Amino acid sequence: MTRLGRIVFLAACALVFAFLLAPLLVIVPLSFNAEPYFTFTEGMLRLDADAFSLRWYRQVASDAVWRRALGNSLAIGAAATALATALGTLAAMGLAHPAMPGRRLAMGLLISPMVTPLVISAAGMFFFYSSLGLAQTHAGLILAHAALGTPFVVITVTATLSAFDRNLTRAAAGLGAGPWRTFRRVELPLIAPGVVSGALFAFAVSFDEVVVVLFMAGEAQRTIPRQMWAGVR
Amino acid sequence: MAGHSGRVRVRAASLVAPLAVFIGVTFAVPLGLMLLRSVHDPVVADAMPATLALLAEWDGQGDPGEAVYAAAAGELAAASDAGTLGQVASRVNRVQGGLRSVMVRTPRRLRDAPDGPRRAALADIDPDWTDPATWRAIRTAGERWTLRHYLHAVDLDRGAAGGVVRQPPEARIYVRLFARTFGVAGAVTALCLLLGYPIAYLIANAPAARARWLLALVLVPFWTSLLVRTTSWIVLLQTQGVVNDLLVAAGLVADGERLALVHNMTGTLVAMTHVLLPFMVLPLYSVMRGIPARQMAAAASLGAGFVHAFRRVYWPQTVPGVGAGSLLVFILAIGYYITPALVGGQSGQLISNLIAYHMQTSLNWGLAGALGGILLASVGVLYLAYDRVVGVDRMKLG
Repeated sequence: MTRLGRIVFLAACALVFAFLLAPLLVIVPLSFNAEPYFTFTEGMLRLDADAFSLRWYRQVASDAVWRRALGNSLAIGAAATALATALGTLAAMGLAHPAMPGRRLAMGLLISPMVTPLVISAAGMFFFYSSLGLAQTHAGLILAHAALGTPFVVITVTATLSAFDRNLTRAAAGLGAGPWRTFRRVELPLIAPGVVSGALFAFAVSFDEVVVVLFMAGEAQRTIPRQMWAGVR
Repeated sequence: MAGHSGRVRVRAASLVAPLAVFIGVTFAVPLGLMLLRSVHDPVVADAMPATLALLAEWDGQGDPGEAVYAAAAGELAAASDAGTLGQVASRVNRVQGGLRSVMVRTPRRLRDAPDGPRRAALADIDPDWTDPATWRAIRTAGERWTLRHYLHAVDLDRGAAGGVVRQPPEARIYVRLFARTFGVAGAVTALCLLLGYPIAYLIANAPAARARWLLALVLVPFWTSLLVRTTSWIVLLQTQGVVNDLLVAAGLVADGERLALVHNMTGTLVAMTHVLLPFMVLPLYSVMRGIPARQMAAAASLGAGFVHAFRRVYWPQTVPGVGAGSLLVFILAIGYYITPALVGGQSGQLISNLIAYHMQTSLNWGLAGALGGILLASVGVLYLAYDRVVGVDRMKLG
């Protein structure tokens, strides 16, 4: 690349990074706005100390509705993550096994919650869970969010397993370790990074999810995103 | 799978089985039942079996005859007693507008009507009962299995004389909406590629420490709440927002002519591109990381200009990453709901928003199911393409 070309290229990259970060650079200072408006006040632009305040943080921390929403988000997220991580890790280990029959089909089924448009998933779940009496319950949301989170666990653990040396499992078995001991002492430590990042993804999916919550949650299951949705709309 | 004993195969399958059953029960079955609603609706058929049996022999024109009137009067009264009349009436109303109120008030009025032929009694309650169109609507709504929701989803309908006709012009909305959805997804994919390719190249060719740092800049928005990011775009793009303020301050736009950048198609495109950009950068980066920088230097030393070397040497090697990123972004984009709902205004709504509308507001679940079925089929085709191009088991996240 010529010198000029290099400068243009770097400038273009800088603009893209600015685009990526702009929303975050805007929302953080705005959260300290003293006024209940969605714009920067003149005082904020002049950097007046009076124009900034912690009132919104105080309100979120003290308001019973927001505190309950946070509790719901954490509880539903934690339970859904535990379920998704356990089931997803197990399934990824089976899928990675060379003897697994019908791998393509199984993978298609297990990935489907990730690629299905959320509105369709949410609508289907709403009808079905209602008929089982699970709509507007914490258990229903946990099951729904766990289903949406499992593909991420399957994908991250599968990616780690692709670098996994199968001879280690055989060696462990040859040294007399049973399947559970082999899993605990040999396999799990090696795939742990994939499991942890899968669990993080699963939690993030649940913690940020609003479409299924819009369809299925009652007043008692309102989560943080649901509460934010009500505020933004 | 020769060479593996049955026991090993069973053990592998038994590891997958718990999740397969879990996904089946919590996700796949609900999805299937939702799609079933698009072709199956037993409510009217169950409530008015005798009427429908008689209507099956009617030619669709002229008076259906006293037997039909008598059967309908009896079955509407029974539906009223059973509390299902509202559901029946709203389904018939969807075939022909205005019939809901007629059907709902008929049983109450029939109770006070004198004995005698039911045709006269019904005609006395509402002249609509003597209109053949009313009975055709009941017959249509009474189909237990039907494809009419799929016809409606592509702006078609069945004509009064049989055969398939186009909807009247003012009712043709879905084909345009599907086209808009695919258009937006295509535009967002192209924008993501345009913006993502240079920064993926920059990161892939940066020294390790700086690459980690730059990659983190891509991942921070990725890990930030979708609602927070979308809200933030409203702050940036609204009329009194940051972007307009900057344009006015720079003298590029007059204060009275601030640009409408949000609550329209522009807002949808900008916010969706922002949300989906990391899904393009990550696969591009992972492909580019494997291309040695020496190659471009070698091409240059052989006399190729940058553009020539890029086109002949570099770009072809990144095509798998381009394919993977583009398909992923496109698949995610055609199902988008939250972002268009918040920043799309009227002109930026996509098919998902209309599915939600029919689910929650118009309660036309059959049509919602048909629109969802078409959308899902599109996703399915793209998923198969993705599996073929990339291999789903080689997908990487972050």
